Amino acid sequence: MSKDISFPFLGLFKGMGLTFKTMIKKAPVTMYPQEQEIPVPRARGVISLDTEACTVCMLCARECPDWCIYIEGHKEAQVPDKPGGRVKTKSELDRFDIDYSLCMYCGICVEVCPFDALFWSPEYEYSEPKIADLLHNKEKLGEWLETVPEPPALES
Amino acid sequence: MTSREMMHRSEVAVSVELETPDMTLNIGPQHPSTHGVLRLVAKVDGERITEVEPVIGYMHRGYEKLSEVRTYAQITTLVNRIDWVSGFANEVPFILGVEKLMDIEAPERAQWIRLILSELFRISSHLVFMSSYPLELGATTPLMHVLREREYILELIEGVTGGRFHPNFNRVGGVKPNYGGGSQTKKQSMDLPAGFFKSTLEAMDRMDQICDDIDTLVTGNELIKARTVDVGIIPGDKAIEYGLSGPNLRASGVAYDLRKVENYLPYDQVEFDVISRTGGDCYDRYLVRLDEIRESVKILRQAIDIIPAGPLQVKVPRILKVPVGQVYSRAENPKGEFGYYIVSEGGKMPYRLKIRSTSFSNLTILPWVLKDQLIPDLVAIMGSLDFVLGDVDR
Amino acid sequence: MNFWLELAIKTVLMLVVVLTASLVTIYTELKAGSHMQARIGPYYAGGRWGWAQPLADGAKFLQKEDLAPAKADRTVYGYAPWVVMMSTLAIFAVIPMGPDLVATKLDLGAYFLLAISSLSVLGILMAGWSSANKYSLIGGLRAAAQLIAYELPLVLAVVAVVVQAGTMSLNGIVEAQQATLFTVGGVEIALPFLLTGQIIGFGIFMIAAVAELSRIPFDMPIAESELTMGYLTEYSGIRFTMFFLGEYASMVGLSAIATTLYLGGYAVPFLPESMENFAGPGIFFTKVAVLVFIIIWIRFTWPRLREDQLQWMAWRWLIPLALFNIALVSVFKVVF
Repeated sequence: MSKDISFPFLGLFKGMGLTFKTMIKKAPVTMYPQEQEIPVPRARGVISLDTEACTVCMLCARECPDWCIYIEGHKEAQVPDKPGGRVKTKSELDRFDIDYSLCMYCGICVEVCPFDALFWSPEYEYSEPKIADLLHNKEKLGEWLETVPEPPALES
Repeated sequence: MTSREMMHRSEVAVSVELETPDMTLNIGPQHPSTHGVLRLVAKVDGERITEVEPVIGYMHRGYEKLSEVRTYAQITTLVNRIDWVSGFANEVPFILGVEKLMDIEAPERAQWIRLILSELFRISSHLVFMSSYPLELGATTPLMHVLREREYILELIEGVTGGRFHPNFNRVGGVKPNYGGGSQTKKQSMDLPAGFFKSTLEAMDRMDQICDDIDTLVTGNELIKARTVDVGIIPGDKAIEYGLSGPNLRASGVAYDLRKVENYLPYDQVEFDVISRTGGDCYDRYLVRLDEIRESVKILRQAIDIIPAGPLQVKVPRILKVPVGQVYSRAENPKGEFGYYIVSEGGKMPYRLKIRSTSFSNLTILPWVLKDQLIPDLVAIMGSLDFVLGDVDR
Repeated sequence: MNFWLELAIKTVLMLVVVLTASLVTIYTELKAGSHMQARIGPYYAGGRWGWAQPLADGAKFLQKEDLAPAKADRTVYGYAPWVVMMSTLAIFAVIPMGPDLVATKLDLGAYFLLAISSLSVLGILMAGWSSANKYSLIGGLRAAAQLIAYELPLVLAVVAVVVQAGTMSLNGIVEAQQATLFTVGGVEIALPFLLTGQIIGFGIFMIAAVAELSRIPFDMPIAESELTMGYLTEYSGIRFTMFFLGEYASMVGLSAIATTLYLGGYAVPFLPESMENFAGPGIFFTKVAVLVFIIIWIRFTWPRLREDQLQWMAWRWLIPLALFNIALVSVFKVVF
């Protein structure tokens, strides 16, 4: 046991020098909420929806590992181009809810969407006091579309 | 009866009276020093521990069962969360196993990006150890200093993948090539963003600096040495017997590093040393991890120069069906050897996924190493083994 | 002046001084400690500097419910914080902050200090025992063992100072440090005891003082995993505040004793006699502040020692060193 605490304690004092130096330097603290942290463009903050582009193909809801996307749609008959022509049907989106209390932020839905309807946005200030309020509908998801940034330039 | 026998009998009688039964102490699941919800049922005699039984399972999330009903792409997203400190390193052996079954190989650039991200996560995981281990021993400042530096690494990872802890960046056949599946998003590549190399080199300089700071604050500190030198010695043969791996094994004298043994990523094109020490006590395990941070910094500096241009993923069908077969693939996680045993019956989902997690095997040595130790040493030894409960319980 | 009026004024003044010093110490620990950890500490309570944080904490504690465990011994449980607080505050009755700024000029000043401050061990035992909690009892006993072990080096270090000064009165010790040692070109030089052979003693005293305070690196009784807060587990509200304030007050108190014994107290070289009563408190508290800062600095840099290493350090290392120190000082005193 006697070799445990050894003379002459130089290591201890060097450590004290480091803490003193840290004390006199400015602390690297971001004073949230007065100053905001700007996340990088690719940050996975929230998923936003472009309702015009969605064709209710249900791929995102199927591929989600948590099954947190709830989609309901119906088919509407379109007015034919020529009178007596074939009636085409178009899918209309009734309900597109993402339950952010289940969402894993994995991004599979964004990746599989074949119609460029889902986008990642670095927005992170959407917390709610009640967990049930974390189910966001397509209006709210469409609002976040404005916060989607340009993809960053690539490394040469 | 001879006088000798009488003396012996009286001694026996006295010692039976003075014998106190061992107290059973429950170092319960909610505890600041166990890394998560680990329960240790310890029989203590005063301050000495006579027997320890770890009780695990408080964090069982059922990964292996979940994997039976998920496709390979979905499993990749789940699997990040097993050892949540080293997120990317959990995906790598899984994807490599699937690629082996499908008999495809990822392009060069994808392999290099995997290497870079693996090493970044190795630094991140060892930094978490650096911050939490002195905290358990009582020093409160390394925690804040080290986590401040770790932010730079996490920012780098976020810049590439979008997530700080759970990157979800591996795909079968490479890494994530573009933003999405639609015509516009397919044109936006997920390659390394501009300024990545410069930021990485700056971050590596900071890592060198924080390693020197930790040396000053922790390594040279005589009190830390008094708490960790010759505490919890695990000899090399016992380590192999109990299935230890990673820095724990290398600190006991066995210089076994899967990065050199199995070339699962282009580690043969970078120069680095396998750090090993002969002591096997807590101080050696700590030093091995500290030196491994320096080696990872060396690897990253070389990788940035070597990384070639090229595609990020080979062409794979959208609905992935893996041929029939079984494979065991393993990789060097920051905490040790991490492996997956994948049994595929030819469908979209694996028939069985068995996860060989590092911390589960590292934990099996606890009953042996904690015998006859003092309770404060229990904290020091458990901290030095560096296990994460998510890894133990899956 | 009327004896009772004088007593009342001195008591009130002393309480004000001590409590203000404790609050300032708490604030320094929060703020300076945070900056050492590369973060800012209190920020919102009281402007940008957070100076009102200790007051806010105190107010929060005051409005808590007065509860005690059902099986606890109410009388002992209630008195334990008072015993600790009293023994801490009584130290300041004899510490001089100027040649006449002292509550009582006892001839046995040093003896009184050591005797009174060791009463806090009793308070801790009372707290641990009366909490009706197995773990509090173990914590209390462990803390008592540690405190008793470190009383001895503390006392022996003070004995060395008393030998060198030739008197036990604290005023006398300060004046002994003002005695001229040698003259350089007509200027009389006097040195505090720290620089005239008491450096080992100072080291022993500071180590023993940090251990008496149960601070890192000697806070195993409080930080022990299964003991939560040791003997303090069952205390909340005003009683906890008294323990808490008592700890910081004894930090100031032990630093004040160290200043008086080793650093020259309220005296500074080249100060004219008439100014000593004015400038005395300022000089005194500057020196105390330096020592308190060092104690806080140590807390945020070093880890904690294991219980048996702690005891080993006291019995096998500090006490022989303290005895050696006394011998050395005595020899020098007689020879020179």
